Amino acid sequence: MDINPIVIFFASIFTSNIVLTNFLGMCSYLSISKDLKSSWGLGQAVIFVMATTTILNFLVYKYILVPTGLEYLRYIVFIIIVAAFVQLIEMILERFMTNLYYALGIFLPLITVNCAILGVALFMVIREYTFLQSLAYGVGGGIGWALAIVALAGIREKVDETKVPKGLQGPGFALIVTGIMAMAFIGLSGIANIQ
Amino acid sequence: MNSEIKAITEKDLWTENPVIRQILGICSALAVTNLMSNTLIMGLGVTFTTAFSSMTVSALRHVIPTRIRMMVQTLIIASYVIIVDIVLKAYMPEVSANLGPYVGLIITNCIIMGRCEAYGQSNPPGLAFFDGLMSGLGYTMVLMFISVIRELMGFGTLFGIPILGEWWTRWTIMVMPASAFFVLATIIWVVQARQSKESV
Repeated sequence: MDINPIVIFFASIFTSNIVLTNFLGMCSYLSISKDLKSSWGLGQAVIFVMATTTILNFLVYKYILVPTGLEYLRYIVFIIIVAAFVQLIEMILERFMTNLYYALGIFLPLITVNCAILGVALFMVIREYTFLQSLAYGVGGGIGWALAIVALAGIREKVDETKVPKGLQGPGFALIVTGIMAMAFIGLSGIANIQ
Repeated sequence: MNSEIKAITEKDLWTENPVIRQILGICSALAVTNLMSNTLIMGLGVTFTTAFSSMTVSALRHVIPTRIRMMVQTLIIASYVIIVDIVLKAYMPEVSANLGPYVGLIITNCIIMGRCEAYGQSNPPGLAFFDGLMSGLGYTMVLMFISVIRELMGFGTLFGIPILGEWWTRWTIMVMPASAFFVLATIIWVVQARQSKESV
C-alpha cells in the first residue's frame, strides 16, 4: 500500500467518501441533518475527533498492540480510546473554552457511538497505512463526512416546504437524497482510487 | 410467560422492527447487502451479539453501577464481537475478508446497545436473550430482503447461483453504493405508507 498521503486525503473526501461509499456514521447523519447549523456543528466535531483519534489509535496499535501480539483486542482498545478521548475533550472544553463547549458540547457524546470514527480506525488497520497516510485519512475522512452531512442538511432545508408523499417523509426522503448524492459522487471516481 | 414471548416476537419482527421502523443499524444494513451470503453471515453475527450481550447485561444488571453502565455495555458487546470476528476468520476467511471492518463495526450498531439499554437493563436474562434474538432476526430479515433485490438485479444470481440466465441485463447500479440507499428508502416508504393507513 504505497499511496501518496495527499491522494488519500482528497480521495477520502470525494471518491471514497465514508458516508456515500462506505455507509459509516449513518445514524447521526440521518437524525442530525434537519438544519444546517447543527449539522455543521456536528461536522466540525467529527473532523476534530476523527483526526485526533485516528492518530492516537494508529500509535497505540503500532507501538503497543502489534509488539505484544494483542491485535485481536483492537476493537475493545479502539472504542475505549475514542470514548475516553471524547470524555476528556468534553471536560477540557467545559473548563477552558465555555463558548466552544456550548457550541459543540451536545454533539460530543454522540460522537462516541458514531461508527465512522471506529470505521476509519479499522480501515486504517486493514489497509496497513503508515503514519502520514493515517493522518491524511483521518482528516480527509472527517472533512468528507462533514461535507456530506452539510450538503444533505442544505438540501433538506430547501425542500422542507415541498410536498412529499406521507410514507416518505423523514428518513426515507433523506435516504433518497443521499442516494442521488452518491450517484453524483460516482462521477468523481476517475480522479483517484484508494479502495 | 407465553404471551410475553409472543408479544416480543411480534414487536421485534414487525411493529417495532429495528431497521425499518426505528431506523437503527443502517450503516451495516446498507454496506453488506450486495451479496446474499455476506448478508446472511452478518445477520447471524449481529443476532448472536445482540442475544448474548442483552443476556449478559441483564444478568449483571444489579451489579453494574448506573453511572458507568454505557461503558460496561460497550465492553460486553465488544467482547462478543471479538468472538464473532475470530470465528469468522478461522472458519470463513473469505466472508471475513469481504465483510472487512463491518464485523468490528457491530460494536457501534445502535440496535445492540438499544436492546441492552431498553430491555436487558430491566428484565430477567432469559427474556432478554429472547428479545435480543428476535431483534437480531428482525434485522436479518430486512437485510436479506434488501440483498435479494440487489443481488438478483445486480448479478442475476441468488447466493451465487445463476437464476435469471443470459438474457438478463445486469443493473450495474444495484452493485454500487447508491442503490442501497434507494432500495432501503423504498422499503421504508412502503412500510410507513401501510402503517399510516392502518392507524387511520
